[in-house]
Amino acid sequence: MPTIKADLELCQGYANCVMEAPKYFDINDEGVVVVLKEKFGEEDRARVETAVRSCPVTALQIEE
Amino acid sequence: MSSRAVIVGGSVGGVRTAQALRSNGYAGQVIVIDAEPHLPYDKPPLSKGFLDNSLGLDRLHLISKKEVEESKIDLLLGAKAVGLDLQNGLVSLEGGAQIGYDNLIISTGVRARQSPWEVSDGVYLLRTLDDAMGLKEKMTKSHSVVIVGGGFIGAEVAATARKYGLDVAIVDPLEFPIGRVLGDEVGERFVGLHHENGVSTHFGIGVESISRESNGLVVGLSDGSKLIADFAIVGIGAVPNVEWLASSGLVLDNGVVCDEFCRAVGQANVYGVGDVARWYHARLGELVRVEHWTNAVEQAECVARNILNDGDPQSYVPVPYVWSDQYNWKIQIAGETSSSGEVVVIEDPSRAGRFAALYADSSGAYRGVATVNWPKAMIRCRRMLETRQDLSVPVQLVREMVSGT
Ligand SMILES: Cc1cc2nc3c(=O)[nH]c(=O)nc-3n(C[C@H](O)[C@H](O)[C@H](O)COP(=O)(O)OP(=O)(O)OC[C@H]3O[C@@H](n4cnc5c(N)ncnc54)[C@H](O)[C@@H]3O)c2cc1C
Ligand code: SF4
Repeated sequence: MPTIKADLELCQGYANCVMEAPKYFDINDEGVVVVLKEKFGEEDRARVETAVRSCPVTALQIEE
Repeated sequence: MSSRAVIVGGSVGGVRTAQALRSNGYAGQVIVIDAEPHLPYDKPPLSKGFLDNSLGLDRLHLISKKEVEESKIDLLLGAKAVGLDLQNGLVSLEGGAQIGYDNLIISTGVRARQSPWEVSDGVYLLRTLDDAMGLKEKMTKSHSVVIVGGGFIGAEVAATARKYGLDVAIVDPLEFPIGRVLGDEVGERFVGLHHENGVSTHFGIGVESISRESNGLVVGLSDGSKLIADFAIVGIGAVPNVEWLASSGLVLDNGVVCDEFCRAVGQANVYGVGDVARWYHARLGELVRVEHWTNAVEQAECVARNILNDGDPQSYVPVPYVWSDQYNWKIQIAGETSSSGEVVVIEDPSRAGRFAALYADSSGAYRGVATVNWPKAMIRCRRMLETRQDLSVPVQLVREMVSGT
């Protein structure tokens, strides 16, 4: 199953990913991304890819 | 028959459109054309991390070579579009080549407005990678700079110049330059931020002249005073890159004028994306053009989907979002924040420099939010903008976040 990887060092808390896919991402009190669910099914692929592309610092990646 | 999407302008708007076409299942050919020779790169770090050397060039790429290949995107770099023939569906390139399209995406963005003060050297603009590299070199070698324009880019560059240890003066005709976007009450705090960081501000004052004299670059101000520095950076806005469309017949008026689905008006297969597109925003009921990163990305997604579902296009009605980093402030803004109604500012006493400003329209409805060093409050308040609320709702939410209840 494809897996979401987040680089917590790069993340700037812009939260575009949370806007695109709130089921998969949130922000903690320090303003850093929290991946709520690492694995996703094909039905959510387009949404997760959109979230990944919306990150201004390319902190998110999908591992197949 | 296979179809072809041609994307003119290969920065964030163009590249994200190409990726979104693929990710949504577009099977035809995807060609991205850009006048610049560089692999598509991102602009926000040019005034921040790239300029202060904390981010290398490798962190600027919008797409890797590997992904370009895997996604079968044809990148045509160093190719400038000079004309468009709508009737025959052809884009002409400098040098004479022509490229046919079934769908055309215009994402040629904007360029920095030229300095109206003609000086032989020492006046810099900042929009492209080459601009940023030139500026880095200049900052390393200099002791002082005058920045003309106190908007986001001017303020960010001022902060970066301080990291280089330069003496920085910044000039803007408005008393509270960021007030253009955030209203004067909040704009005033940003002036204070410059002062705390040792920058001298000359706000509410115009620039009358810039000239090269024996003691340096001399910037003459409308109050009669003069600023002297090694060089100047002019950040006074941007102009849409539409000259190549001048004789195409497309409607051009402060950008490419588009309908609510981001189609160039009167055209079924031509779309506008990013800084160059001025589209009809159905919720606001007016044409808008937005020069922010997240808008380019969201518009790219919408256009890609509309190309794939052109029988049932979706209107593009984003909640605007922008960030900026100035000194030790991480600034985030969502929705409409030019204050026509009430503004409530809430500080977090447990964290110095942290606050949220919540904006209402004249009817008292919640319309926008700006936060400093408070990403968690931002995302909560940003999501609340998706539905109509009274201003009191986000105000209470943020107050609860402060008191920890
Ligand atoms: C220094 C700087 C800092 C910024 N910081 C932020 C920030 O912190 N937050 C934020 O939200 N936004 C920021 N922005 C704005 C953001 O970068 C832009 O909104 C974004 O780049 C818009 O992307 P775009 O693809 O629409 O256009 P552009 O980035 O302008 O790209 C247009 C592309 O089209 C190409 N092109 C133009 N004409 C032709 C032609 N005739 N033929 C072929 N190619 C052509 C150009 O070479 C260019 O690559 C910043 C911008 C700058 C310059
Ligand atoms: S979009 Fe990127 S920077 Fe923003 S919270 Fe998500 S991972 Fe972090």
